[in-house]
Amino acid sequence: MKKLAVIVSVICMLAAPFVAQASSPEQDLKNFRKYFTDRFPNVSFQDFANGVYAVDKGHREQWEAFEEFPPYDIAIDKGKEIFEKKFANGKSFANCFPNYKKGIRQNYPYFDSNKGEVVTLEGAINACLAANGEKPFKWKKGPIAQVSAYIAYQSRGKTFNIKIPNDPKAMAIYERGKKHFYAKRGQLNMSCADCHQYNSGNLIRANTLSPALGHPTGFPVYRNKWANLGTLDRRYGGCNKQVRAKPFPAQSDEYKALEYFETYMSNGLKVNGPSIRE
Amino acid sequence: MAKSIKVRAKVNGGVTTVKTLISHPMETGLRKNKKTGKKIPAKFIQEVTCMHNGNNVLTANWGTAISKNPYLSFKFKGAKSGDTLKISWMDNTGKSDSVEAKIK
Repeated sequence: MKKLAVIVSVICMLAAPFVAQASSPEQDLKNFRKYFTDRFPNVSFQDFANGVYAVDKGHREQWEAFEEFPPYDIAIDKGKEIFEKKFANGKSFANCFPNYKKGIRQNYPYFDSNKGEVVTLEGAINACLAANGEKPFKWKKGPIAQVSAYIAYQSRGKTFNIKIPNDPKAMAIYERGKKHFYAKRGQLNMSCADCHQYNSGNLIRANTLSPALGHPTGFPVYRNKWANLGTLDRRYGGCNKQVRAKPFPAQSDEYKALEYFETYMSNGLKVNGPSIRE
Repeated sequence: MAKSIKVRAKVNGGVTTVKTLISHPMETGLRKNKKTGKKIPAKFIQEVTCMHNGNNVLTANWGTAISKNPYLSFKFKGAKSGDTLKISWMDNTGKSDSVEAKIK
């Protein structure tokens, strides 16, 4: 009788974590999409990739005027120059990204099961430099953003299809990103979701909040505020600062996890980087 | 060396619309270097001209209020598809650049 009780309690203890697990990424994705398509019924799904311009007419008109001769054109040209320049050892970025002309932006970030970590596009760019004995670029802006812009531009129109493999490390990174998105932080005690989900489409001072659905598709962005191109972790740092939280370092595990979560949530949308944003 | 001026020119119903994007820091001379505390010297475009068939169709006198990597768009009459335009700029340090482009 005692043995049976022990067996039953052990089975219950083993079963508990599986029962307690809230929802799968697939379920999260369904809920996430539904939240935004319900909130903005007049926006077509693919249009969410355009961020605030999908939900604000006035801003959209200005954006379309900008797009006639986009400021990121200069960055794409510079990115192309850097991409094609040979390293000291004779190789070039094309050796690290052999399929770049077919479009590769939509595959990042991905979970590298050998390393047990998430690899972002900027991370891969610097890994390529390191592997070839070159000095890595600084994160957030400058050459890294320009090369990222060039790669993104080649990948325009490809559909994001981030995979979360059945691997506890991958799931942990996903969950960490999800937690960051929904956790309140900073002196203003706000989460990413507070602005970009629950208040998307509303005004924050004089700006309209963009929906999180479609957030990463256009990166790297030429942000009018920066008058310059920047990567996703440049924006993450800025967002954390805006709620008066200490930002994490660029390409830290925390931001890579957040990018993994955010990009997965934008699966099904097409690459439209580099793009112009506020 | 890559040119600093990108041009797109299209003629529609006798009116040519020219759009240009110029790469230039447009430094006002008032910004300070964060590390040294010294002012970054002014370097900004003072004049932009557009020539068509020997005629000067536009002269723009710019100052420090124009932002970095300026975008300029203007329209003029009297050109046709296939004509050549020459856009040039000169800045306060004496540097200049120019580019020729065909009207579509």
